[in-house]
Amino acid sequence: MTYARHAWIILWKDIATERRRKETLNALLFFSVLLLFVFEFTLGGDRDRLTAALPGLLWLGFILAGLLALGRSFLIERENDCWEGLLLGPGDKSAIYVGKLAGNLLVMAAVEVVVLALFGVFFNVDVWSALPGLVLVGVLGTIGLAAMGTTFAAMTAQVRARELLFPVLLLPLQVPLLLGCVKATEAVLNGEGLGSVLHWVQLLAAADLIYVVVGVLTFEFILEA
Amino acid sequence: MMVPMLGWLAMLAIGGGLVMGFGIAPREVTQGSVQRIMYVHVPFAWVAYLAFAVVFVASIAYLWRRSAAADRVAHASAEAGVVFTGLAIATGSIWGKPTWGTWWTWDARLTSVALLFVLYLGYLMLRGMIEDRERGARYAAVLGIIAALDIPLVHFSVFWWRTLHQPPSIRPGSAAMPGVILAALLVNVVAFTLLYAYFVAKRSRVLRLAEEMPA
Repeated sequence: MTYARHAWIILWKDIATERRRKETLNALLFFSVLLLFVFEFTLGGDRDRLTAALPGLLWLGFILAGLLALGRSFLIERENDCWEGLLLGPGDKSAIYVGKLAGNLLVMAAVEVVVLALFGVFFNVDVWSALPGLVLVGVLGTIGLAAMGTTFAAMTAQVRARELLFPVLLLPLQVPLLLGCVKATEAVLNGEGLGSVLHWVQLLAAADLIYVVVGVLTFEFILEA
Repeated sequence: MMVPMLGWLAMLAIGGGLVMGFGIAPREVTQGSVQRIMYVHVPFAWVAYLAFAVVFVASIAYLWRRSAAADRVAHASAEAGVVFTGLAIATGSIWGKPTWGTWWTWDARLTSVALLFVLYLGYLMLRGMIEDRERGARYAAVLGIIAALDIPLVHFSVFWWRTLHQPPSIRPGSAAMPGVILAALLVNVVAFTLLYAYFVAKRSRVLRLAEEMPA
């Protein structure tokens, strides 16, 4: 009970800060709109090519937005000695991880919903009919991405070349997840249903489980003084 | 005392492996002498996986016991692992050009080894970028564990990604091997494993001396 409460307090703190500063989310949403322009300008001349590349582009968008969003998740703690405050807090340190992870999931979900809607409108993708499958794949992919993203964000928060090191660590690790998400999204958008890509969905679920458990178990080692 | 002996032993074994691979083992019928690169290529790949397994175990040992020795072994083993992964990729490329007609193909096995290479390069980068020694050791240990757990995921995903769409490439050596060739390969595997052990022992010692050196 207290564990969930600790996590909730961290999450609530981050939501309250974000609500007042309106910094991360606004910039992220703007960034995702810009990504759409980039995709259109680089691939959009040929409709068929764009349609074929859509699942990959969608996840490229999620990953790029994720790199920006997740990498920032511990930056706010560096100001005003908040880091020390976190260390001094009572209870299990991994509750902080769970709280931060929940916050990151919310941010990622917001960005993904907007990107998906924009894809539907501007690239003429039939999002509605594929929605249940897309949501499932999106949730599975985002949990894994955010789980490791949160761990590495905590790790790199104190490092000088943070914005370089974070993607360099995260991207190779997330290749299995990315492959699975793109393949499953492809199947869903082609109307094949998730049954044909069940092994990918299982891989995503297994990856999520591993990443979240490892993230929770190793967090106390990252947050030591 | 032990370390130089390990070095000599490795050198002797590599010499024996070379003689076995180039002298005693017969020429392969279809590929000719090109196939002999297998006698280093396979040991390199084997040592690479071994090295990353050692990083995993040493990382757990460090977080559990906080022994600086475990951290040094993890560091040294990751360096050796990256070197051997690079060598495996390079020798594979050299082998692939005459037999497959290309330096590189996005085949499942090639891709997963290449991913390991970048994964552990990132690991070494993380180590290099953190000034505080104790913090660096802790973070690296966490990453060493995560990276090792990621290896099976990488394996499966890359395998499905490739082999569900195109038939697996013909692999030289997938056919049953005659005894002499297998023996030559095994000698080389042992030889390069010894070399790896020597590298790790030597590098760990250098790391210890560097730590003891007054700043």
